[in-house]
This record gives sequence, structure tokens and C-alpha cells, in this order.
Amino acid sequence: MKIKRIGVAAIALAAAGALTLTGCTSGSPSSSGAAGDSSAIITTNGSEPQNPLIPTNTNEVGGGKILDAIFAGLVYYDAKGAVHNDVAESIESDDAQNYTIKIKPDLKFTNGDPVNAESFVKAWNYGAALDNAQLSSYFFGDIEGFSLDENRPELSGLKVVDDLTFTVALVQPESDFPLSLGYSAFYPLPESAWEDLDAFGENPVGNGPYMLDGEGAWKHNEEISLVTNPDYDGPRKAQNGGLDIIFYASQDASYADLQGGNVDVVDQIPEAALASYADEFPDRSVNQAAAIFQSFTIPARLPHFSGEEGQLRRAAISMAINREEITDVIFEGTRTPAHDFTSPVIDGYSEDVPGSEVLEFNPEKAKELWAQADAIAPWSGTFQIAYNADGGHQGWVDAVSNQLKNNLGIDASGNPYPTFAEARTEITNRTIQTAFRSGWQADYPALFNFLGPLYGTGAGSNDGDYSNPEVDALLKEGRAETDIDAANEKFQQVQEILFKDLPAVPLWYSNVNGAWNDTVDNVEFGWNSVPLYYQITKAAE
Amino acid sequence: MAGYILRRLLQAIPVLLGTTFLIYFMVFAMPGDPVVALFGDKTPPPQVLEAVRERYNLDKPFIVQYLLFLGGIFRGDFGISFSGEPVSDILARTFPVTLQLAAIATVFLAVGGILIGLISGLRKGGIFDASALVVSLILISLPIFVVAFTAQYIFGVQLGWFRTTVGSGAPIQDLILPAMVLATGSFAQIVRLTRASVIETDGQDFVRTAASKGLSRRRIVPVHILRNSLIPVVTYIAVDFGVLMVGATVTEGIFNVPGVGRTLYQAIIRGEGPTVVSFVTVMVLIYLIVNLLVDLLYAVLDPRIRYVK
Repeated sequence: MKIKRIGVAAIALAAAGALTLTGCTSGSPSSSGAAGDSSAIITTNGSEPQNPLIPTNTNEVGGGKILDAIFAGLVYYDAKGAVHNDVAESIESDDAQNYTIKIKPDLKFTNGDPVNAESFVKAWNYGAALDNAQLSSYFFGDIEGFSLDENRPELSGLKVVDDLTFTVALVQPESDFPLSLGYSAFYPLPESAWEDLDAFGENPVGNGPYMLDGEGAWKHNEEISLVTNPDYDGPRKAQNGGLDIIFYASQDASYADLQGGNVDVVDQIPEAALASYADEFPDRSVNQAAAIFQSFTIPARLPHFSGEEGQLRRAAISMAINREEITDVIFEGTRTPAHDFTSPVIDGYSEDVPGSEVLEFNPEKAKELWAQADAIAPWSGTFQIAYNADGGHQGWVDAVSNQLKNNLGIDASGNPYPTFAEARTEITNRTIQTAFRSGWQADYPALFNFLGPLYGTGAGSNDGDYSNPEVDALLKEGRAETDIDAANEKFQQVQEILFKDLPAVPLWYSNVNGAWNDTVDNVEFGWNSVPLYYQITKAAE
Repeated sequence: MAGYILRRLLQAIPVLLGTTFLIYFMVFAMPGDPVVALFGDKTPPPQVLEAVRERYNLDKPFIVQYLLFLGGIFRGDFGISFSGEPVSDILARTFPVTLQLAAIATVFLAVGGILIGLISGLRKGGIFDASALVVSLILISLPIFVVAFTAQYIFGVQLGWFRTTVGSGAPIQDLILPAMVLATGSFAQIVRLTRASVIETDGQDFVRTAASKGLSRRRIVPVHILRNSLIPVVTYIAVDFGVLMVGATVTEGIFNVPGVGRTLYQAIIRGEGPTVVSFVTVMVLIYLIVNLLVDLLYAVLDPRIRYVK
């Protein structure tokens, strides 16, 4: 992190005289919104996929971005995160537990294999089987027959009815199950994939708006070249000729390429340019809240943080933090102060869930609550927040610690771990004895996805071991509702309880920061912070 | 001569075994579980973690992992990366890129550095000498990332003379700017070394003899002075080439060069033991070979040097 800042400061000095020129440096003039060239290739940033390009084995953005372009799932998400059918003709259920899924007829993978019920069922069975060790296997955890204890090659809950119909039986009602079906783990695979899955992971064949530009289109660590799939006629039909995703090792490099006109669209801005990029790319940049929630978790097992004393202390800590100030000063306005435990881009989000006042800066009240807690049991020791030092977290952790020091009069500090792996290992093993940085990026746009996996008793990512039977009951009820609005009402009630218990202290939502050159038009960022590449147009050169 | 080379190559074997063991141990001992980190902020069920560990042999004790890896190397199998690519493919892809980069940088270094050093040495104390000293002092004191970012911004973004980063396939013209940046790192040393060496040689008896024989300065400088001044410079350049070969992590990152440094850095961050160790093994090999070549080069430059068994 330091390297970047010092480096760029030096450039600013060296090039101060030249800055006025930047407005007119980039490439050919734009065709001012005219229809783009349907053969133009859009270039953008990405990162080398960490895993083979197999949908059930990809759980990070580098590979996810490519899979989303070359595959079409049952549903897709628009810019607002709303769900629409893509491959699915209909997804129906009477009880939110047993689903009948019908697929549109005559769809094909780019190699000619048909897209049918088998293509989904086989792919899901493979993804779920323990022996295949797929990184996203747990996404199938709620389908009947899923087991973590023995290898089961087939899920009993999946049944092919006819060529274009299959049924899914879940172990419990889940109203948000259809919402999750646009996530990459649920993509179909062509029959040909099963001949040699390793080879497939290198040269995947999909059914989406784009396809790989021939064998070897994936040039490892350099780029992947995608071209428009002429057979795709779904709602995400590409308005351009293809997509070159260039793998960058650093955000600085991708930003330099944007400035130099070598890349059309980037969805990340390096820290050093956060203050200046909006001026440098006027009307061609975004800075909006994304589906990423940041917080720090205070595990229930820490002394002083359980029972009534714990509630008071947690509320006091939350009110002692001036989120506005930190997001403005440290993040240059590229974080949005949190008003809840989810994200503003999710359907059902509300800024005014009762109890959310606890997220407002109120130092007097904070002191008062802390004193009340001290009356129950006097405080001793230091309040520490653990974080991974390789992720640029030191700035805000120090700021939060200072605010706690000043506003509560207690000793507070950061507790850095050198690497992400080390911090996560301590958290997973429950050996961490302090509060710790936590964050959640939604896999699919639903309130439940921000709540269930994190605060349900025994839930997978409930790293603070929070447990409240009321929350569990409401989560269950919400999922059993077949109407999404009725479900969201229950989930907001969950949040009301969470504001009292504060298992994690919400801080802010990460923003998506991106910019593009005047060579392209119609750039819009999706709910998951990735540009909707299919709708971007580019003028002919 | 052949015997000498053979002995040097045999000496490389224990060195290689030792380094791979040490590096493997260090990667293994790195705190934190790379498999847990694969899942980001999300916590998968422990059974899934176990299954993934098993796939990459990460569930076995250290010594078993190491022996499996070593056995693989002898069969020409360097293991696979997390992304499912054979490590041997990664090696074959990244080393040529870094080799090109290092070679171009070395050419800049050698031609520019020796030329300026030679002129400085011959006109000791003159204006050229003084300004060369100032410029090389500035270059030597600037950290490489400052030079890299500045060069990228001025020549790539503002003037548009070079691509800001290295494009796909790492074409030679894209490597010129990063190579020049890399060359600045040792440029000053080469200039100073050549200058000192030239001054020393210029005062030698055989140079005076040559001059009194009536040889022209034009013949004395390249044949008598330069050739004899080059021995320490060549050593330095060759060692520097070895350093460049094993990766310039910072420069490769800034210019997005798909070479050794960037790939190794990523592998270390991801805790991919086989990738890291394979890279280091090849790096050690390169370093040993470069050093051997340097020793052999002495004989070419100075016929008085002979190798004995």
C-alpha cells in the first residue's frame, strides 16, 4: 500500500505541468452515443482465475466475471439486482420447498450440445458430491440428499421429469431459492464436459452471450478473449463483438492503461487515484454503493460482550464511531456509511429499520451506555480489532480505534495479522481472542443472503458464534414465505433484533468505483459491481 | 575445461536439494491455511475444506508433501497450481518473457553504461564526467517504483510513446520501457565501475608502450584500454543479469509484465507451495549457470586465466 502512495505522489509532482492536458489525451473522438459497431471488441480489466473455469469450482471474482459472460443460468440479474428468467421458462413452487423448473426449448451450447434438464442436474450433482471437492459445493447444501459425511454422486432431491423439465426438492422451505439460481454455481454444463473436465476447465463451453475465441483463448496471466455467441438470443444479447478481459496484477496498472487508452472500461480504481478519477473521467465514472457489507465482528465468547453488559457495550462502541467522517476522510467518499446489515442495492433494503439509530454517531449516548455497562461489571483491558495487514485495512482500523479511545475513554488498538490467510485461519479455528474485521459480498441479490449465513445459529459464516433463537425462528419463517415482500418483512424484523444484539458492528458498504474511456457508451454497473458488458457499445475505429 | 564444467554442475545438485527443501519448508511454515483463504470472507463447512486439502496433498505431513513434490520433479512433473495449470507450463510461459525483459535491460545497461563510463574515464574531471556523476547519483538514489511510475505516466500516458503496460504476448516493443526502467537500477554502478577501471588501465605500462610504439589513440582505446577494463564490469553485468532473470517483482507489477516476478509473487500470496518451489528451483539453476558462464568468460577476456582440474 505504501508503495502505491509514495509512487503516485512522485508522479503528481513530475507531471504537474502536464495535467491540464489529460482531458483530451485518450484516443479517437467518441461518436456521441450513436449505435456502436457490432463487431467492436470491448477491453476491460480482470484477474487470473484462481481455479479452473468450472462453475461449481469458481468462487472468486476473477473467474466469476468470465463465467458470467460465457454461461447463461436459469435466471439473471439486471443492474438493480432484480431477477429475470434467462434459460428458465418458468420456476414454480406452491410451498417454497418443491420447485418445478421448465427450460426454454431449442437452446444450445456453443458446441451444439442441447441445453436441457440433464445439463443442469448433472452439473449440480457433480458440484455437490463431496469427493469432487468443489469450492462451491455448499451452495447445494439445502437440496435433499446433500451430504458432507459421505460421497453421494447424485442428489435425491433432483429429478429429471422430461427433456426440458426437472424438479428440485429442498430440505426446508426457501423462498429465496429462485433468486440464487443466477449464481455461477448453478450454471449448466454441456454433455461434452464430462468426457474430460480438466480440459473443459481450460476451454469451457457455455451457453451465454459470449464464448471463448477458440482453443487457447485463455492466455494464463495475460488475458482471455471472448467473442459474441451468435446463437445466444436471450435477454443479455451482446451489443458488441466481444470482450477482452486483461488480467492485471495491480489496480495501478489497469488505471494506467485506462489513462493511456489501452483499456475501455475498468471496475477498480487504485487508492492513489480515488480523489482524482472522477475529475479525470468526467461523466465517465461511477462511485455507488455495492452489495458489499463491511463490519467488525465481536465474538460472543469475549469477556464483557455477552448478556446485558454486552449489549450496552456493543451499542456504545457502535455509537462512538463517526462513520461519515471515516468514509469521507480515509476513503475519499468511496464507501457509503451503513444503515443496516445488508446493502442498498438489494431489493427490500430500507434505511430506516427500527433500531438503526444505533449506527448514528452519538458520543454522549455512547459514553452513557458504556458507563451503564461498567456499573454491571467494570471494564478492563484493551479493545482490539484484528485485521489482515495485506488488505489496506490499517487506515480505518486505526481511525476507529482512535474514535473509541477519544469517545469512550478506553484503550483501543488494531491487531494486525500479516496475511489474509493467517487472519482467516485464526477466525475459522476460533482461536482469535479479539474483535475482527468482517465483510460479506452477496452471492445473489437477496436480503437473506446477508443475514442467514452470518447470524443464523451454527450457520457457515457465523464466525462470531452468535445465537439468538428469535432470529433463527424469523429467518426460518421468512424463508417459508412464498411472497418475497412478506419474506423481506420478516428479514427486516431480524435486523431489528440484530441492532439490539450487534453481533457485528456495521461500518459501511463498499462502493463500486469504475471509469471508462470515451470510446464506449452505455456503460452501466450491475448489482455485483461488474459492468453489464453485454450492453456496452463501442464506436467503430 | 570439460572436467571443470562437470565438477561445477555436480556441485549444483546439493545446492538445489538444499534450497528446495528450505523453500518448501518456509512455504509450509507460513502462518495461515491457504485453503481457508481460498474461500475469502466466507467459511465453508469443514468437510469441504478437508476435501480440497486432500486434492492438493495439503493434508499430509510436511515431509511427505516434500517427497511427493521431489518425486514429481524427477519425473518431470512439477505439480499443478490452484488454477489447474501444470506448473511446468507456467514455467515455460513466464521464463521466456522475463528472459527477454532481462536481456533488453542488460543491453541498455551494457551499451549505455560502458559507453558513458568509458568517456567519463577518458575525460576524467571534465564537464561530461561531472554531469554523468550527478545523473547517475540521482538514478541510484531513486527507488525503482518511483522511476517506473514516473516513466509510465510521462512516456505512456502523457506522451503516448509506449504502451502504458505490456500487452498480451509481451511483444518486444512493449518491453522496452520496463527494460529501461530496470536498467536504471544498476546503470550508475556500471558507469562508475567502468570509469574507475578505465582510469586505472589508462595509467598502465602497456598503454604507454602502445602509445610510444606510435599506435593511434583510436586503436589504443578499444583494443588495449577497453578490453582490459571490462573484466570487473562483465562480472557485474552477468551477476546483474542473474538478478534480473529471477524476477523484478515491482517493475513487472507496475507494467503488468506476465513474467516470473509477478507470477511468483501471486503464488506466494496464495500459498501455492509447488509453484513457489518450482520457480525457485529454476531460479537457483539459472543463477548457478550464469555464475559458471561468468567464470568461463574470464578466460575469453584474459587469456592468462586458465582452469585447472
